[in-house]
Amino acid sequence: MSGGTRGALLVVFLWSLAALAAPWLETEANRIALDQILAPPSWSAPMGRDDLGRPLLARVLVGARLSLGVTLAVVALAAAAGTLIGVLAGWYGGLVDLLVVRVIDVFLAFPGILLAIALAGILGPGIDNLVIALSVVGWVGFARLARAQTLSLRTRDHVQVAQALGTPLPRLLRLHVLPLLSGPLVVEATFALAAVIVAEAGLSFLGLGVQPPTPSWGALIRDGTRYLLIAPHVVLMPGLALLSLVVAINLLGDRLRDHLGGRPR
Amino acid sequence: MVAGFTQRRPATLPDPSATVRAVYAVLPLFTARLASAAVVVVGVTFLVFLLLHLVPGDPVEVMLGEYATAGDRAALREALGLDRPLAAQWFAFVEGLLRGDLGTSLASGRPVAALLAEGLRMTALLAVAGLAVAVALGLPLGVLAALARGRAWDAATSALAVLGMSIPNFVLGPLLMLLFAVLLGWFPIGGAGGVRALVLPALTLGTSLAAIVARMSRAAMIDVLGEPYVLAARARGLAEWRVVLVHALRNAALPIVTTLGLQLGALLGGAVITETVFGWPGLGLLVVDSIHRRDYPVVQACVLVIALTYVLVNTLTDLLCAWLDPRIGGAR
Repeated sequence: MSGGTRGALLVVFLWSLAALAAPWLETEANRIALDQILAPPSWSAPMGRDDLGRPLLARVLVGARLSLGVTLAVVALAAAAGTLIGVLAGWYGGLVDLLVVRVIDVFLAFPGILLAIALAGILGPGIDNLVIALSVVGWVGFARLARAQTLSLRTRDHVQVAQALGTPLPRLLRLHVLPLLSGPLVVEATFALAAVIVAEAGLSFLGLGVQPPTPSWGALIRDGTRYLLIAPHVVLMPGLALLSLVVAINLLGDRLRDHLGGRPR
Repeated sequence: MVAGFTQRRPATLPDPSATVRAVYAVLPLFTARLASAAVVVVGVTFLVFLLLHLVPGDPVEVMLGEYATAGDRAALREALGLDRPLAAQWFAFVEGLLRGDLGTSLASGRPVAALLAEGLRMTALLAVAGLAVAVALGLPLGVLAALARGRAWDAATSALAVLGMSIPNFVLGPLLMLLFAVLLGWFPIGGAGGVRALVLPALTLGTSLAAIVARMSRAAMIDVLGEPYVLAARARGLAEWRVVLVHALRNAALPIVTTLGLQLGALLGGAVITETVFGWPGLGLLVVDSIHRRDYPVVQACVLVIALTYVLVNTLTDLLCAWLDPRIGGAR
């Protein structure tokens, strides 16, 4: 394991820890101190304070919970739905496959973030709608991958033997097809994690995601841009937090791809 | 001297029958590609049409607010055709599109098409500038990394590429603003006035694509530099810059062009956020503002226009690649 990979794992581990610890920091994150509005980083507030004097460090740590929670939910939903649809399309072929491919093509015709913005905007604010909007966009990548892999796996000897032996389809797909899909799917899921973290923050940045006072990284950055001229730390701190996690996950994705194969560079 | 590898083309025009044959060879691919693009376009209009029906509760109530009169509501419901069956509504929607009628903005009362025309121009300007940034930054970085393969410069470029791909537009935008507009004062902080106002948004938009281009051109150049014809060119004692820029880059260009075409969707999506950061009056800003104003016909039209632009450019990229490289046409 190279130094970069170890560092990336450490960053992901630390942010996960922050997400788990967040409930104990919530009071601190919402403690208003009107005499310390926009205070720069100091010993009492290592990341400085926001426009209501709330400590940014606690807010960024609490924001990690929301970002990671939403992201995990979205990737889990999108991966499950996309893989199921893709495997079934690749397995049955014919008309089902044609239909699925067309639907995938239609979804791919939209820039992902644009579709998510339109969906989140129209469904209205809230975490549930945020997860729905991002999952509706996210399943496509998994479906496309699972379909292509299943198409080639279908004719493998062990799959044909299992079929000839009369293995029920759910069991056959679970035992003989899915395990061979898992490598590329894990790679896809890793990159999806990074993409969804950015997309979630993007929606919150546009005011379409999580609503105040819940701190999310995108919302913190959005609030911070208003004070860019007088207190740049308010936008810098959550921005760097987001960047560190996304860089770490992308690095891990690159390493995983080198080992497991999957989407081309 | 080794002839054949780098032989100049004859100055005379190619045999016309060969041209005709080449056109016929790619024709099936062209028709197939256009047919599938047509299916996608129909699907896209349907999905965009459905957006309005995803509004929780009664869309008319959501759009007009709770203080609207019953008459206003009935009028809007009729104007949007919401009192008719779904299929008839979609039919009317498509019919309107074919006539160039994108509906009327609820917020301003202006035809949506007029609002869009101005926004589309600004977004196209930003996207082209972003694309230019991506190529101008990414291509040299990638080519130099390929030449320095395995050395410090290569590793530095790789690290820079991961950073560039990871940094979201809404983080990079404010950072560039802080550095170049606030601290150095070289460029305006936002808005759209002249070329100087375009620089920071274009840099913000183009950076992630530049990172992808750098990676792609590094990989493509490494592939091509290992080809026998490059070895032959070197053996003939050609200057290194000539081997790299003329002989190798030309064949590495195809995957790079394909990447640019495929990434255009991400670029257009990124434009939505970038425009919001800088207050650049394009389609992206229009979408976001219209969402906040609950002006859904404008949202629908913007999403539709951006998606159709993407489909058009993607189809053209595919056809261009088939034209440039007859092997793609032959393979299908």
